[in-house]
Amino acid sequence: MNPPPFSLSPLGRRRQRQERLAQGVLAGMVLALVLPLLALVGYLLVKGAPLLSWSFLTTNPTQGMRAGGIWPALLGTIYLVVMALIVATPVGVLCAIYLNEYARETWLTRLIHLAVVNLAGVPSIVHALFGLGAFVLFAGLGRSILAASLTLAIMTLPVIITSTREALAAVPMAFREACWNVGASRWQTIRHVVLPNAVSGILTGVILQVSRTAGETAPIMFTGAVFYKKIAAGDLFAYSLRDQCMALSMHLYTVTTQVTNAPEALPYAIAVVLLVAVLAVNALAIALRVRLRTRKKW
Amino acid sequence: MDAPEYSITTRGLNLWYGQFQALVDVSLDIPARRITALIGPSGCGKTTLLRCFNRINERLGYVTTRGEIHVLGRNIYAPDVSLLELRKAVGMVFQRPNPLPLSVYENVVFGLRLHHRRGELPRARLDAAVEQALREVGLWNDLKDRLDTPATRLQLEQQQKLCIARLLPLKPQVILMDEPCSALDVNGTRAIEELLFALREHYTLVVVTHNMAQARRASDECIFMLLGRVIEHRRTEDLFLNPRRPETAEYIEGRYG
Ligand SMILES: Nc1ncnc2c1ncn2[C@@H]1O[C@H](COP(=O)(O)OP(=O)(O)OP(=O)(O)O)[C@@H](O)[C@H]1O
Ligand SMILES: [Mg+2]
Repeated sequence: MNPPPFSLSPLGRRRQRQERLAQGVLAGMVLALVLPLLALVGYLLVKGAPLLSWSFLTTNPTQGMRAGGIWPALLGTIYLVVMALIVATPVGVLCAIYLNEYARETWLTRLIHLAVVNLAGVPSIVHALFGLGAFVLFAGLGRSILAASLTLAIMTLPVIITSTREALAAVPMAFREACWNVGASRWQTIRHVVLPNAVSGILTGVILQVSRTAGETAPIMFTGAVFYKKIAAGDLFAYSLRDQCMALSMHLYTVTTQVTNAPEALPYAIAVVLLVAVLAVNALAIALRVRLRTRKKW
Repeated sequence: MDAPEYSITTRGLNLWYGQFQALVDVSLDIPARRITALIGPSGCGKTTLLRCFNRINERLGYVTTRGEIHVLGRNIYAPDVSLLELRKAVGMVFQRPNPLPLSVYENVVFGLRLHHRRGELPRARLDAAVEQALREVGLWNDLKDRLDTPATRLQLEQQQKLCIARLLPLKPQVILMDEPCSALDVNGTRAIEELLFALREHYTLVVVTHNMAQARRASDECIFMLLGRVIEHRRTEDLFLNPRRPETAEYIEGRYG
């Protein structure tokens, strides 16, 4: 007797088992990734909670950094990140536009592409040494916010170039051809069609670099960050670009390794601030992306 | 009929993609204000030839071109030819409709906006250009009330007509079409063919097609290509009724490709 139509064959049953197994394993992986992250955030919050307050954010450290707040480090990190991205974004985006829209596919552009990709993988301590040699010593900037943020800029540049190129390449070729065929110049094509359709991708790539720059310690350690610096509490313009500054990542390192008898909650509280700031910026990136994506019309 | 006037002439045109020669000694005279169909099996170089006429091939770094192409009497490889002006005069329509992700209105005036300063384009002039272009391609009655819908939401046939309409405000002399109907159904195809006949009055049309029946119906002259060479170029009726070359005969009888 034949089975009724559309009933499961033995082979089909095996495929179904495999399907369930695959789904289970993949979902498990996601959990394995998300749970530790949540656990980490929770742990930091609980441990750091005793110190977290508004005044923690807005006052100078006192008693050899054992008490008081983290204002100079917070402001220093903001300065470094903003300056680094102000430099790296236009240069990186323009580079990517040139490479993707103007340069013809030759061995030279392939070489440049390879170099950019590899630069993105250079350890940050190497960037630090480069920054020390190039900006601090050779350019005579001394150890300063300027030198440190330029070093960070060099570090993020290849990543911004790569992510921008990807965003540009995602704009369909047909749009460009449509433009050229009504006699648009390269720049008009970029300006009117390519950029408007790539901007969400470009911005996301740039904003994701905020977290990376904010978290790095090595590149700023030699080039402009200091262990301790007292500045006017709560004043947003307390640093000038030629000053040295404190930074959150470095401060965390200092209080855990260099300061004896620091309160146990202090490093956790600093970590929470760093993490929350970074998560907030990333959330902004996602929100921006969603907004721009819904405006996209193809 | 008076003496033929040619819009495009090529002499000894050769083209290489890297080492691969895609066009071999192509010499052609394409008459003005006629529909010229370009047929041949897949990979014979039809698209490549078409893309030579507005020099859009050169974007690829590894393309080498030898020979002469005259468009409207001017050698387009002369050093002082402006690519932008050339492409204004020689428009192109692609296999897949490629409206820009803008409104219908903005798609039609896109070319105008590129070539004029803002002050030279009062609203009335733009409106008039849109109406005229859409009328010419037969979209005006369908779309006049929804000029601000995104062009990408139109039906494929309308999109393809819009892509043609987008060229018209720039007053091109030549319109190149690469398989303009291959993404369309029977009705869409018929509509585009009718449009071709209407446009023939003012423009020189070169149309690549895989559809023998279409080439036969909707062209005045027909060029048959094989492996990068032009095998036969004659009036369409003659080519289909008594082809001179055995290859042509085989192809139009559907024996390959
Ligand atoms: N960008 C390119 N790089 C390298 N070779 C190419 C490129 N474009 C086309 N070719 C080659 O050139 C030859 C002619 O291609 P072309 O696209 O002009 O053919 P076609 O006649 O338009 O074919 P179809 O009918 O399939 O569209 C083919 O052999 C193709 O492989
Ligand atoms: Mg083709």
